[in-house]
Amino acid sequence: MTADGKKSSKTTNKRIGVFVCHCGKNIAEMVDVKKAADVSKDLEGVVFTTHSNYLCSEPGQKELQEAIKTSKLNAIVCACCSPTLHEETFRSAAENVGMNKYEVEIANIREKCSWVHTNREKATEKAIKIIETKVEKALLNEPLTPASVEVNRTCLIIGAGITGIQAALDVADAGFKVTLVEKSPTIGGHMAQLASTFPTLDCSQCILSPKMSAIAHNENINLITNAEVTSVSGFVGNFKVEIKEYPRYVDPDKCTLCDDCVKVCPVVVPAEFEGGLGPRKAIYMPFPQAVPSVYTLDIDNCLGIHPLICSKCRDACGPEAIDYDMVTKIKNMEFGSIIIATGFDLYDISKIQEYEFGTDVDVIDGIQFERLLSSSGPTSGVVLRPSDHKKPETVVFVQCVGSRDPEHHMAYCSKICCTYTGKHALLLKDLAPDTEVYVFYIDIRAAGRGYEEFIQRAQEKGVIYIRGKPSKIFRDGDKTIIWAANTLTGERLEVEADLVVLAPAMIPSFDTKSISLITKCSLDEYGFFKEAHMKLKPVESLVSGLLVAGTALSPKDIPESVAQGSAAAAKAISILSQPKLYHEPLVSTVDEDKCCGCKVCQSLCPYGAITFDDANKTSVVNEILCEGCGTCVSACASQALILKNLTHKQMEKMIHVALKEEAK
Amino acid sequence: MTKIKLAVAAGSYCGGCDMSIIDLNELLIPIDEVIELQYWQLAADFKIKDVKALKDNEIDITLYHGPIRTSEHAELAHLFRKKSKVLIAYGACSCFGGIPQLANPFTASELLDETYVHGYNMDDSGPNHMRTSSEYKKGRKMTLPKLLDSCLPLSSEVDVDYYVPGCPPVRDQWLVLIDIITNFIKNGELPPKGTVVAGDKARCEECGREKPDEIVINKFLRPYEINPDPEKCLLAQGLICMGPATRAGCGNQCTGDANMPCRGCFGPAPEVDEPGLKMLSAIASIAGAKKEGELGEEGLKKLMDQVVDPFGTFYRFAVPQILMHIKQKKAKEEKSDSVK
Repeated sequence: MTADGKKSSKTTNKRIGVFVCHCGKNIAEMVDVKKAADVSKDLEGVVFTTHSNYLCSEPGQKELQEAIKTSKLNAIVCACCSPTLHEETFRSAAENVGMNKYEVEIANIREKCSWVHTNREKATEKAIKIIETKVEKALLNEPLTPASVEVNRTCLIIGAGITGIQAALDVADAGFKVTLVEKSPTIGGHMAQLASTFPTLDCSQCILSPKMSAIAHNENINLITNAEVTSVSGFVGNFKVEIKEYPRYVDPDKCTLCDDCVKVCPVVVPAEFEGGLGPRKAIYMPFPQAVPSVYTLDIDNCLGIHPLICSKCRDACGPEAIDYDMVTKIKNMEFGSIIIATGFDLYDISKIQEYEFGTDVDVIDGIQFERLLSSSGPTSGVVLRPSDHKKPETVVFVQCVGSRDPEHHMAYCSKICCTYTGKHALLLKDLAPDTEVYVFYIDIRAAGRGYEEFIQRAQEKGVIYIRGKPSKIFRDGDKTIIWAANTLTGERLEVEADLVVLAPAMIPSFDTKSISLITKCSLDEYGFFKEAHMKLKPVESLVSGLLVAGTALSPKDIPESVAQGSAAAAKAISILSQPKLYHEPLVSTVDEDKCCGCKVCQSLCPYGAITFDDANKTSVVNEILCEGCGTCVSACASQALILKNLTHKQMEKMIHVALKEEAK
Repeated sequence: MTKIKLAVAAGSYCGGCDMSIIDLNELLIPIDEVIELQYWQLAADFKIKDVKALKDNEIDITLYHGPIRTSEHAELAHLFRKKSKVLIAYGACSCFGGIPQLANPFTASELLDETYVHGYNMDDSGPNHMRTSSEYKKGRKMTLPKLLDSCLPLSSEVDVDYYVPGCPPVRDQWLVLIDIITNFIKNGELPPKGTVVAGDKARCEECGREKPDEIVINKFLRPYEINPDPEKCLLAQGLICMGPATRAGCGNQCTGDANMPCRGCFGPAPEVDEPGLKMLSAIASIAGAKKEGELGEEGLKKLMDQVVDPFGTFYRFAVPQILMHIKQKKAKEEKSDSVK
């Protein structure tokens, strides 16, 4: 259906083709596609129109390419389904025959027209109007080329728990250099603290330590512990990162791990690794398998790194590995991509005053119980209650502590607590079969391979599951009393326990907020990092090149965290292995002649793409970082910010066409 | 040297624009040397009939103050357009509608009722005391010009060549105007039509205040509620300053020594059609920015409700485009109705 005699648009020299798709009956039933194609013929700049059954099919695309070639089209409008579905299809089809792909416009006449209307005549009218607005836009579209940028082939991973470790190993194995930054003196994260893992009950340390050791020995991995990332700038392929490495006052190259310094250190404090249940010295190694295998001087608890105050450890150190003059090192490095794996913390249970956590020493949390179960723990794997070191006869587990409680605490389900409480109960029953074990739960949520069966195993072993949430836990002499109601039977319960183990909600780790501010990766309502798309981009953030994995995103168990670590690694590798990075050119730009430098746009960009040029006193948009969301455009009162191929002029013309009938 | 013929005419104006010319002081001397006044009621007793007697295009340049508020203003606009080679909209009112255009949301009868019937100091004699015409000699009737339903800029009525914005315009603009006039006399050359005699960027460019990297408003303040830091951006201090949407060229009077936010009298920044809408959009963007989740829809609404008189704040000097369309459409309909 060529309109041969017709000239291209006088003003913009456009030769536009309009392709109306039937989409089987999806569009054709409610929209007169033939009429829509016929009417479009008279629009400015349109030199070719047609309608075809399935434009996205191979023959449909061939037809489109043929038309571009024979009618010398330099812009096309495809009236079909939503651009989220086939925009890329038609863009690449057009690009393959030499047309600029950014001259392809989609007029969505399916989701926004045929599917939502019941009057064929009016729907046709609307479809034509949608096509008209897109033709109007196409007239002013400009051919664009994607911006390209070189890639720095290194990856930064923040956080060395199991997720970060897995990601680091995967990226390093693919042949790329990795820098792994961990805030604490050792890698391993929470997994290193666990006694065993559900549902197979294999020893957590045993499956983790080979990976930790691999990190220590992998030539591609540069491990920086006792360090923090303090600033991130730049963009995908070229992140500039500042890392602050705090002094550990022990030279890892000289230290022979003889333990002499620990013996002489006069300061004893509760060990973080043991959940505060065991002691450590001010100079210490968190646990024997720690990586890097070196002692660390905890400056907050040390009497003072001054020979006049105390220098026992330095004096005791044979190889002279202890150096009190070590200072904080600032490292400025560049990376191609960044993986955030900052993990989780446990909800502060002392906020739940009715549970007396912190005031009653026999009320402990899950991590502390893991340490009690662990053969390398403070009790060498014998469960003793903290108050009098006696074997508890009655142990009560409480689930959903601080989670699934939207009125007071966290609204979400912490996901792993049902299964790990089951694990605790089961292990306890194995260790001391005579112990009376109660589990208070709201619902059992044990989705995952073998998890439900695992809970059943615990129940078969004699663990008593009671559906109900304790209303009050308090100390009464030698015992801790739990008041609860069994919501299945309606009875009121009072349990006298020797030990109470709470399963607190997993919350974002303490540093999540500061990392979010540094990287501009946004957070959700609970403070977890937010993925770019919950289903289709689970480990990507809105900032391109910035990946997030593991419990930094939401509560997860170990297999999921490992899977996400690998997923993020794969995404990082796909960035690092590109010869060059290309970025969609549909971004905003600053008209320097109009920008007055009011700085209103500066802080609004969710991608951190806008900076200020102090010399010219204008804003500058980084094309690689900009995702074309338009936030800055609507904030610019001087109209100096322009979205490419969606300019104010184009918007105005489109609105004009869309409201044409009403204006008459 | 030949002198050019200048006229100064006015619509609904306050007199400030005339004063801005008088205020030029010693600059008036060189101006006086090159011009020959044809009409300026402030300066001498010119009569309209004298202007009517002139040939078409006989006046070289006419400065027109004030918007078109009454039928007389419209007549004057047409008369001076016909008699002048160059017609310049002088002052914010003439350029964009100015303060008088704030009455646009109301019709003429609503305005008259508000003032002359429901006004608090009106007696109970009802609308009868409103007299728009009276007989002053036997058989001779005098009629007041009709109050129009709209109050629109000069360009809504006639073709305008140049714009000199400001409430009122400032001395710096006159320096440019004098250049234009002398160049016209010497070479007969004029700048391109539609030229705005003012800056070519938005106001913030000439404002010396320090602008922080993060401009966010969490509480809106009105000028009387705060003694602003004279060194810091006023928007960042919670005041609605029209700077980003307003054309530069005023010489930083309000935001400078006066320490007051820009009200927008220089009209839209270059190529901005809707300064009010753009500024509203900018304010909405920075109000509670990054706290949207925390504030929620309700909180954001409460925050935006702190903006007192949005129409008077964002559209203080320029008629909104949509209102202009509506008013012009109505006027057209009325005209065609009266023809029928």
